[in-house]
Amino acid sequence: MAQLNCTDFLNISSLLTEEEIQVQHAARDFTEKEILPIIIKHHREATFPKEILPKMGSLGFLGATLPQEYGCAGLNNVAYGLLMQELERGDSSMRSAASVQGGLVMYPIFTYGSEEQKKKWLPKLASGKAIGCFGLTEPDFGSNPAGMLTKAKKKNPSASGHGGKWILNGAKMWITNGTIADVAVVWAKNEAGKINGFLVEKGAKGFSAPETKGKFSLRASVTSELVLEDVEVPEENRLPKAEGLKAPLNCLTQARYGIAWGALGLAMACYEAAVEYSKTRIQFDKPIGAFQLTQKKLAEMLTEITKGQLLALQLGRLKDSGKMRPEQVSMCKMNNCAIARHITHLAREILGANGILDEYPVIRHMMNIESVYTYEGTHEIHTLVLGEDITGIPAYK
Amino acid sequence: MKIAVLLKQTPDTETKIKIKSDASGVDETDIKWIINTYDEYAVEEALRLKEAVGTGEVVIVTAGIKRAVESMRQALAMGADRGILIDTEGLTLDSYTAAVILAKVLPNEKFDIVLAGKQAVDDDCVQVAHGVATLLDWPCVWPIEHIELSGDKKSVMVVRPVSGGTKEVFEVGLPTILCCDKGEHDPRYASLPGIMKAKTKPIQELKAADLLAGETPKVKWVNFSLPPDRQAGKILKGEPEQVCAELVKLLREEAKVI
Repeated sequence: MAQLNCTDFLNISSLLTEEEIQVQHAARDFTEKEILPIIIKHHREATFPKEILPKMGSLGFLGATLPQEYGCAGLNNVAYGLLMQELERGDSSMRSAASVQGGLVMYPIFTYGSEEQKKKWLPKLASGKAIGCFGLTEPDFGSNPAGMLTKAKKKNPSASGHGGKWILNGAKMWITNGTIADVAVVWAKNEAGKINGFLVEKGAKGFSAPETKGKFSLRASVTSELVLEDVEVPEENRLPKAEGLKAPLNCLTQARYGIAWGALGLAMACYEAAVEYSKTRIQFDKPIGAFQLTQKKLAEMLTEITKGQLLALQLGRLKDSGKMRPEQVSMCKMNNCAIARHITHLAREILGANGILDEYPVIRHMMNIESVYTYEGTHEIHTLVLGEDITGIPAYK
Repeated sequence: MKIAVLLKQTPDTETKIKIKSDASGVDETDIKWIINTYDEYAVEEALRLKEAVGTGEVVIVTAGIKRAVESMRQALAMGADRGILIDTEGLTLDSYTAAVILAKVLPNEKFDIVLAGKQAVDDDCVQVAHGVATLLDWPCVWPIEHIELSGDKKSVMVVRPVSGGTKEVFEVGLPTILCCDKGEHDPRYASLPGIMKAKTKPIQELKAADLLAGETPKVKWVNFSLPPDRQAGKILKGEPEQVCAELVKLLREEAKVI
């Protein structure tokens, strides 16, 4: 039967359908041919290869779990996870671009948007002809988004439905693709203190998105601030079905799900590079893979990747059957990012001095995982989510 | 426009080939199977021909065991419409018997064009497509790097590279068999919606044994062995004149190539 083209010690392939494996093959092929040949240059120059989004779009990589009637692929969540794994094997910036577009922009429009909003935006976002971004985090409110200061005020309180306007004020930070986005999903509190979602379009008066410079992680990705100064947004651009913090948190659950798989791709890239290196690097007349210290590291890496694969797969099966709980996503995101981070370190050690050169993928992934470990819920917050699930006592309130 | 692609499943070209301990054949345990590289170019050209005409059908025709369906589905995911698997389970085919069974199946479908890769990357026999063309008495051009359909859709113009960079241009009447080289178009990626659609596309199954009608292979495999390990190279050092003289001597006396 068909086999995954990646590290698969416990024959995870036998737990997958033929289509799921085909999706992994297609995504790996794309990463090999479209991402790996260009990524070192973009990483060095800290530029985002914008043309990658229409390429991903033409193959159905964007919003891939959404239905075909909006131009999407209609994949199940396991196949989607494998797609994220393979993109992140290339670079976290590429997986982030697909995650944000699909999980944080198309998903909220699909779930909380009006039919007009879906028809207007989903096909364009699916094809990569339009780029989206997601604005929740603020300079002073990261792990605690409920405290957000961004405000949405009704311009004409008597106006209801069509024709009504909202005025948005505030600032968002750490926004992937902000500067290049055609549409921003911005979360803001109304006068009653309820969180609402708005589609803020590029060029809106008072809206700007300066790029965050000086990043040493996710260098091939655009990260931005969103600045909103009396930005007028029509009522028809408000997501009608989203009210309260639950809506943006639900979007983050989607994106975190993808990260639980993506981190494995990053870990596999480092593991595979370390295996190759340990077989070919000769010291004291034998490959360094012949030394017990190296073997211990490789064995540890493979074991953690394999455990992470089983976590991600079961999480995907739960998601596909509609039984997944956000706390389960927290465990998988937390664990898989933590093991990936550890694996980048072990791989760097095996590669010795070569481990710091970008000729090998390890140092790039090592820098990237620092972002992935922290964004979409920090390792610490996911730990506390689990702590609350176990004890019933929220530690962060 | 009805187009067939003769598709063979072959080991990935990066596979490290191992021979069975009794030398009776290739050990298939760790092989990763792919669409024969040149057949993938044929699939791409077939899809482009169909797109250029605007209507028609691309049918993947494969002689092989059930495992080959995986590669057929990949071609369906790229955009082909349906498949015909001629199941060869339990049989050992050579180029001749493969041509016999394909030549039995193709006429029933009334194809306008049959495309194949210029050779299979596993056995490199370069005989099946020619065999089919001979048995059907159809024109065949090998290898081609460009195809263009004529305005009246009754013939194709094909470009065939010959040695020294020269190109031969043929006008060929239909139906015909054309063998694709690496041309100007890279095979497209299977899109994710394509992969999802591929599972619902039909693959008809025929039995090779029913089509052979008593024909038997002309070739018998006697023994398999790997090429000898490459010897380490020799680096000559010294003044250019000396090194040149030494090189010529070695090429003549040791390597016996000049």
